[in-house]
Amino acid sequence: MSATTTVNAPAQQAPSPPRAAVGSDDARIGLRANLRHIGALARRNMLQIKADPESMFDAVLMPIIFVLLFVYVFGGAMFGDGNRGQYVNYLVPGLMAMMGLNIAMAVGTGVNDDFKKGVMDRFRTMPIARSSVLIAKMVVEVGRMLVATTILLIMGFILGLSVSTSVFGLLGAIGLSLVFGASLMWIFILLGLTMKTVQAVQGVAMLVLMPLQFGSSIFAKPTTMPGWLQSFTDYNPLSNLADAARGLITGGPVAHSALMTLAWSAGITLVTAPLAVAKFRKRT
Amino acid sequence: MAAGILVSMTRIDKKPRNNGEGAAGIAVSVRGLVKHFGDTKALDGVDLDVREGTVLGVLGPNGAGKTTLVRCLSTLLVPDAGTAVVAGYDVVRQPRQLRRTIGLTGQYASVDEKLSGRENLYMIGRLLDLSRKEARSRADELLERFSLTDAGKRLAATYSGGMRRRLDLAASMIGHPAVLYLDEPTTGLDPRTRNEVWDEVRRMVAEGATVLLTTQYMEEAEQLASELTVIDRGRVIANGEVDELKARVGGRTLQIRPTDPEQLGAMARAVTEAGLDGVSGTQVVPDEGVLNVPILSDEQLTAVVGLLGSRGYGIAHIGTHLPSLDEVFLAITGQKTADSQDATRKTEEVAA
Ligand SMILES: Nc1ncnc2c1ncn2[C@@H]1O[C@H](COP(=O)(O)OP(=O)(O)O)[C@@H](O)[C@H]1O
Ligand SMILES: [Mg+2]
Repeated sequence: MSATTTVNAPAQQAPSPPRAAVGSDDARIGLRANLRHIGALARRNMLQIKADPESMFDAVLMPIIFVLLFVYVFGGAMFGDGNRGQYVNYLVPGLMAMMGLNIAMAVGTGVNDDFKKGVMDRFRTMPIARSSVLIAKMVVEVGRMLVATTILLIMGFILGLSVSTSVFGLLGAIGLSLVFGASLMWIFILLGLTMKTVQAVQGVAMLVLMPLQFGSSIFAKPTTMPGWLQSFTDYNPLSNLADAARGLITGGPVAHSALMTLAWSAGITLVTAPLAVAKFRKRT
Repeated sequence: MAAGILVSMTRIDKKPRNNGEGAAGIAVSVRGLVKHFGDTKALDGVDLDVREGTVLGVLGPNGAGKTTLVRCLSTLLVPDAGTAVVAGYDVVRQPRQLRRTIGLTGQYASVDEKLSGRENLYMIGRLLDLSRKEARSRADELLERFSLTDAGKRLAATYSGGMRRRLDLAASMIGHPAVLYLDEPTTGLDPRTRNEVWDEVRRMVAEGATVLLTTQYMEEAEQLASELTVIDRGRVIANGEVDELKARVGGRTLQIRPTDPEQLGAMARAVTEAGLDGVSGTQVVPDEGVLNVPILSDEQLTAVVGLLGSRGYGIAHIGTHLPSLDEVFLAITGQKTADSQDATRKTEEVAA
């Protein structure tokens, strides 16, 4: 009974330990492999929706409820009783900005919930870029934004929305709102990874969202607001996006608001995306 | 049990165990690993080795640092100090290479509940760079092997605890990992499922995998591991071959249930006073109405039972079991696990 146990070669020693199935010795993950990983993880996110179809309620019902609510509650007050149609043309492009915001918020709570699960540990111990988990989530969420925006536009058309520019204008507006929505997602992913609970994420999100949404040109013309609020709405990226979408769909100036929207998107992404990825790496 | 045996019990051996052999046969080598969470010393200088193609059991009570150890070795946590080399890769400096060679089945199921079993495995295959076709066939192959084929299409959320654990094991196997960590793989499972999991682990080892398995059960360690490292409060308190350790700890515990529970105390005294060779540490467990007698051999079993019979005590049931974690700890350290100290105190009060 010695203090140190001597090691004898075990009789059933394997000829050589099996290596990981595939993949080169190079530790770096190539672009194609990265895309494949993102694809597999995006598929996971889509299957999750399939298993839990109620999680699509926000993307499907929100645009319907918002359009009906605002057009019939505020439409008359804004543009006069007979001119609800005019308000539809004003509101619907503005709501495109709002869809992005609300879906992005759901990403924050989803990430918070999802990333507490054991399967994240598995991903973290696998030879994949850690950012691919986040990017896959974004890809699917942008898809959800597209669904919400499409339903919004269909509702708009039913209530009399008319595109006075061209199909390209309409597509441009959709594209712009998706770009902006995607950049917002990074903020909420960061929030979702930082906060302890889903409730905390929701609380903070609401606190920020309410003033941003209503202190914008989404629902009402800023010219009807007091001066100090107008300055706020002018710099509010949601106003920029709403104005740009309006211009692209119903005509009018686009360049300034579209550029501002893109600048905001780039700025938000550049600041929050690296922070979010770093946070995901470190989170244990 | 003679005190001398306890004293010669292996303490932490500072030297690497494979001194003369070089690193070739060692799949996992850990030296002085430290991880603190605030004031909690989850790992406080852990040394251990796992030889290629073998199972090392890491035995310790709740809070001993087992999960922290596994997380450090699988790149989920960065240790504060010390080194760990797995399959030739440093866990801190070469995490990417390391991730290609390891598989982990955590203490908490790491499968996606909102996916079917098959989709879980397919996803992992794709993440490990298998082609679509390969990923599909590997998923089916593993479902078959873990008896999950029928449940393959169902969401993992509908699986029983045992099925989830098997799916988890299957997921860890997809990439043919050279080193597999199993963190309390059978905690919370019923005996039948536990046996299934054990069979799978044996099979993985037969196929050449190296396994580091944490457990709270001596029996599990005995079933699966060839060597054992006992840890407590972040420190290694003993290590060696399972048989060796078992022998030192006292082999088995003889459990006797008298027909009349009132006689428990008298029976314990009778055994103790008889001073049978090598029999000591007789315990009364009033809650369960049994007497526990640590024994080293069948002769002692016969002697104890014979003694009680000859004194006219009625015995309703006898059985032997391997030493529990508490008994192992008692033998190694002369102390109970922190966990059981409260429980024991209660037992004694009842007995008094
Ligand atoms: N993330 C953490 N933060 C703070 N303390 C932790 C953390 N993880 C583990 N601990 C503490 O470290 C000790 C060891 O825990 P753990 O490794 O989970 O033990 P075991 O798996 O053996 O039960 C415990 O006291 C536990 O409370
Ligand atoms: Mg644990």
